[in-house]
Amino acid sequence: MAASPQTITRRPRWRRWLRTDMALAFLVILPSIIAVAIFIYGFIGWTFYISMTDWKSSVVDFTFVGLKNWIRLVGDRRFQIDLRNLLFYAIGFMTQCIVIGFILASLLDQKIKGEALFRTLFIFPFAVSGIVTGVTWNWLMQPATGINLLFANIGMEWFRPNWASDLRYGIWAVSIAAAWQFSGYVMALYLAGLRGIPNELREAASIDGAGTWGIYRYIIIPLLMPVTFTAMVLTGMNAIRVFDVVAALGGPGPGNNIDTLALNMYQTTFNAYRFSLGAAIGSVMLLLALFLVIPYLRSLQLETER
Amino acid sequence: MNLQRIWTRGAIYLILLAFAAFYAMPIYVLIITGLKPFTDVNVTRMWELPKGLYFESFTQAWTLVAPNFKNSVMITVPAALISSMIGSINGYIFAKWRFKGADTLFILFLVGMFLPYQGILIPLVLTLQFFHLYGTLPGLILTHCIFGIPITALLFRSYYAGIPNELLDAGKIDGCGFFGLYRWILLPISMPAFAVVLLWQFTTIWNDYLIGLVVLSNPVMAPVNVAVKNVAGSYSVDWNVQMAAALIAAAPTILVYLSLGKLFMRGLLAGSLKG
Repeated sequence: MAASPQTITRRPRWRRWLRTDMALAFLVILPSIIAVAIFIYGFIGWTFYISMTDWKSSVVDFTFVGLKNWIRLVGDRRFQIDLRNLLFYAIGFMTQCIVIGFILASLLDQKIKGEALFRTLFIFPFAVSGIVTGVTWNWLMQPATGINLLFANIGMEWFRPNWASDLRYGIWAVSIAAAWQFSGYVMALYLAGLRGIPNELREAASIDGAGTWGIYRYIIIPLLMPVTFTAMVLTGMNAIRVFDVVAALGGPGPGNNIDTLALNMYQTTFNAYRFSLGAAIGSVMLLLALFLVIPYLRSLQLETER
Repeated sequence: MNLQRIWTRGAIYLILLAFAAFYAMPIYVLIITGLKPFTDVNVTRMWELPKGLYFESFTQAWTLVAPNFKNSVMITVPAALISSMIGSINGYIFAKWRFKGADTLFILFLVGMFLPYQGILIPLVLTLQFFHLYGTLPGLILTHCIFGIPITALLFRSYYAGIPNELLDAGKIDGCGFFGLYRWILLPISMPAFAVVLLWQFTTIWNDYLIGLVVLSNPVMAPVNVAVKNVAGSYSVDWNVQMAAALIAAAPTILVYLSLGKLFMRGLLAGSLKG
């Protein structure tokens, strides 16, 4: 509000500011700022600190031990399996979500009858929790029945994978269940992106003699790069923190075959009470996530500044 | 040319139908297994329809998860309402009162949306214990409200950013201040945004597993998804009951999604930061 006449009274500037609506806005948002500062940023720092203490029982122990837990973690067999699983899971999950999401969106963009129905079905799993997803797929992936039974019925008895209980490839099976849940989301992103591409561009390209493949190869896919980038960040983030689907599929599984960092962190901390080691695993997850988030937010910031 | 067109159209529909079958498969199995009596749950007849409608699996599952279902309602409804209200006022400030550093602050808020909760769980437990909120419903509600601050602020901010500043200027001329503008100009036209955010928060909080598991360590207090996991994890519970329990846990969000799918889509797109 106009406060100019009051300048004559020569109050200190900050006191004048305090009387403005801008100050009121700041005061109203302050509790949220404090909550985020403590519960997110403060807790991140605190977790890193705990990872450098010697807290390994139900009794809190903040004795500083430096990088001891981190060194222990690097040599830990289960942690190494987790990193391997993260790599495989991330590749499987991200590829399925992005490829299937893109294909479905492209197909639905072809003036399809019943598009709304298809769309509703494809996104449907996203409304379902990771636990329900895992519990259902656990039933579908029982080696003695489920999907294997379907294969047997079409004469493919020889194809009988052990799915999530397979010692070597179990983590890929988990990525299928998780992609079932998440790929519809990626499809929605691509569909919105496709609808944002003006039709004139496609028409111009087809007048220039480009076929369907050419239009996709040289126009649509390049124009959808920002969506692909978004999808990669979102699916990558999901891969880092995957927890409930794995837990419901019987994780960590035989020989930790489908173990993940998130599950390891939970069990190390809240079942084995090795809080400092758990904090170290949590810190690793944070670092991996920051690695993805920072370039993403930087790109968004550049976009808004433009 | 025309024949080729028919072929492509046919292929497109065929692929779509194949994917539709893939997406529907777990839902189909979930429902038919839940509707079977125990004696009909057989590994060789898994895909067959039940011989009739048997609801005994559901009554059995309900006795197992009913208290947790009620807990979930008592957690999700207040948490979604409170976090929407917080998000609304924060979004208003981020969109219309850009004090110095507000944009940087907003980016810092957003980072919080993406981080894996494992990185903050231990301090969360210590803090809740310190305030005697650990293991209580209010403690879990508070946690959901705080972790919901980034996404709700984002959703409301993008909604309010689309409302012309001239509207607010007119309000200022009429003598409205910070709260007046919100109360008399923005709030009355906020209902679409509230619907999206409420829906989003309801789904997220209802479907949460990790935070509920950690904050409410007592299985009696646990939210429904934790209970379903426990039911499925115990070997004594049969498949039909497991599926029925899963369906009970999924029912509220499924119903909400099917009845308000459009709003859900809007939240989905805004949640990825690109509307």
